[in-house]
Amino acid sequence: MTAPRFTGTKTYILDPELARVVNVAIRLELPLLLKGEPGTGKTLLAHAIAEDLGMPLIQLNVKSNMKAVEALYQYDTLTRLNDSRFGDSKRNVSNIEEYIRMGKIGQAFTAQERVVLLIDEIDKADSEFQDDLLDVLDQMSFDIVEIDRTTHATHRPVIVITSNAKRDLSDPFLGRCVFHHIAFPRPEMMKEIVDAHFPNLADRIADACIEAFYRLREIDGIEKKPATRELLHWVQALMSEDGFDPKQLSDDRKVPLLGLLFKKSDDLLRARSWLNQRTA
Amino acid sequence: MFEGFFYRLRDYGIPVSPTSFLRLQKALAMGMISGLDDFYVVARSIMIKSERQFDTYDKIFANYFAGKELDDELLNALTADMQRLLREWLNDPANLAGLSPEEQAKIKAMTPEELERYFLDRLREQTERHDGGNRWIGTRGTSPVGHGGHHPGGMRVGGTSMNRSAIQVAMERRYIDYSAEAKLSAHNLGEALRSLKHLAPAGPKDKLNVEKSIYETVRNAGEIELVFDRSLRDKLSVFLFIDNGGWSMTPYVRLTRALFGHAESAFKRLRTFFFHNCIYEVVYEDPRRYTKPVRLIDLLKEKEDTRVIIVGDAAMAPYELLHPRGALAITHRMGQRRTGIDMLGDLRERFPHSVWVNPIDRREWDYTYGAYSISLVREVFPMVDLTLGGIEKAALILKGK
Repeated sequence: MTAPRFTGTKTYILDPELARVVNVAIRLELPLLLKGEPGTGKTLLAHAIAEDLGMPLIQLNVKSNMKAVEALYQYDTLTRLNDSRFGDSKRNVSNIEEYIRMGKIGQAFTAQERVVLLIDEIDKADSEFQDDLLDVLDQMSFDIVEIDRTTHATHRPVIVITSNAKRDLSDPFLGRCVFHHIAFPRPEMMKEIVDAHFPNLADRIADACIEAFYRLREIDGIEKKPATRELLHWVQALMSEDGFDPKQLSDDRKVPLLGLLFKKSDDLLRARSWLNQRTA
Repeated sequence: MFEGFFYRLRDYGIPVSPTSFLRLQKALAMGMISGLDDFYVVARSIMIKSERQFDTYDKIFANYFAGKELDDELLNALTADMQRLLREWLNDPANLAGLSPEEQAKIKAMTPEELERYFLDRLREQTERHDGGNRWIGTRGTSPVGHGGHHPGGMRVGGTSMNRSAIQVAMERRYIDYSAEAKLSAHNLGEALRSLKHLAPAGPKDKLNVEKSIYETVRNAGEIELVFDRSLRDKLSVFLFIDNGGWSMTPYVRLTRALFGHAESAFKRLRTFFFHNCIYEVVYEDPRRYTKPVRLIDLLKEKEDTRVIIVGDAAMAPYELLHPRGALAITHRMGQRRTGIDMLGDLRERFPHSVWVNPIDRREWDYTYGAYSISLVREVFPMVDLTLGGIEKAALILKGK
């Protein structure tokens, strides 16, 4: 059997290093754990993998107070209680199975075809959540205690897990993953990304934008540095700006729409004063 | 295969588990690795679990496969040879040499294991620089290992860039910023602190308690009875003491400000106080330590589960800690009965969840200016340094049960 191979999509520019890692994870059938600055495309990668391999994507957005079992299934006690009291539904109240709802992981396991399962920002939840997921991902099965039934994954999903490094993941969890850290793209790579998103953009303008972008990223003491996402929004906004002239970008005092790059007011003020000082 | 590499990673403190090493073997067996470039990425993704270790990995990789110098004397004669050769290659912009079909076939036939042995054997035998041969490592050769040559299925070792080889990538040490040793940025510092939380019920009763509702409903003979609870809120209160006086803290101002800024956004109930060198009877809420004095004795009345973080270099003259009138500021000396170290002891006793964060590198604590006072303070407070690893340790101490 040849494993599916991920090669990137039209709008997701794939770093060759990352491509290797993705394919290793797929072939070794291990979850892929991605870390990296916000805005470097961790979540997008899962979408790109799903698109490229032609598999549906199931996305679990982890929340800070989430329990692992919620991601697997939910026993809807309230509806059952309501049904037993008012009895106005077609469900059979004595059959608990009718009140079991699959969570995102449960859906991925019971899906009719192989899916890509994205567990987004796993670090938001506490370490208990990770520990509880360990066995599930390891054995590709979980128990539904209420009806004493074990659910096995019909097709082993391709699992992508992202983390913003809010906290460290537990060692046993890490031990079961293939790990990659998405570094911030180099300017050449960024050019490809911009080209992919704006195919009609003239090279001269793209280069000017990227040059200015990296220059602005270097400003000292910025808390939330602009990332790929901010650059793409910025370029798009610049394009729709009337009378935009790429020459403006090389003049520090005239860099337009800084607010799209610096999202925190302190950062924006600092960037403005830095730019004004340099030209003064 | 590559056991030596595995053990070297472990020797340098990367916790590579045997399981992941076996997984790497599986990847090799499955033919997923077709050269050193592949090996660099695949081995890293399987065996290394944190970007903070990427830098160490790069160093060890460059050392193991190209003899690049590691930061210590573990180097043996073999790697010294490798280093010298590598340096020479780096100075030589060699050209690609074509390979005859027979040579290509021969090299292709080698297994990765044979290739590895071949590489090490050649290096062991080789005592001088060599260009253009077909056996020795050098430039422009067709030896399957070496640089600037062309080897269809083989390993690439160092060299001026034609394509960016794995070794070169490793030698760039792109991940130096992520190393656990690296000093903090405001961002990762805040993230490390954010794991501190103390959740307690607060606010309006607006959360349905399902268990209790069912219980009460059953007790109520099936008539639905809803029970509501308060939801959980973060109740952790934190005192942050910052040493912002004196020349000894000057080099660390930027770091301390980063900590300060992020502590503010990480904790809802935070009070910040400033002091100079040591905490005495009075600390200040204003950075100039002038307009808003607060008596320590009042702070000691606060709840004992308050978390206390003290940031300071703890480097001072011994009398500042040990003499009852040791305070530098004249206002502090008036009526001061107890020594600085006693005051610190009071603070520690009242707030068991406390930690001292020292911006001075941990390795310098024993011989920097003020090593004696640092050792005294360490007897009172657990001390960590202001690195990511240190702050994580601090978070653990503060979380302690």
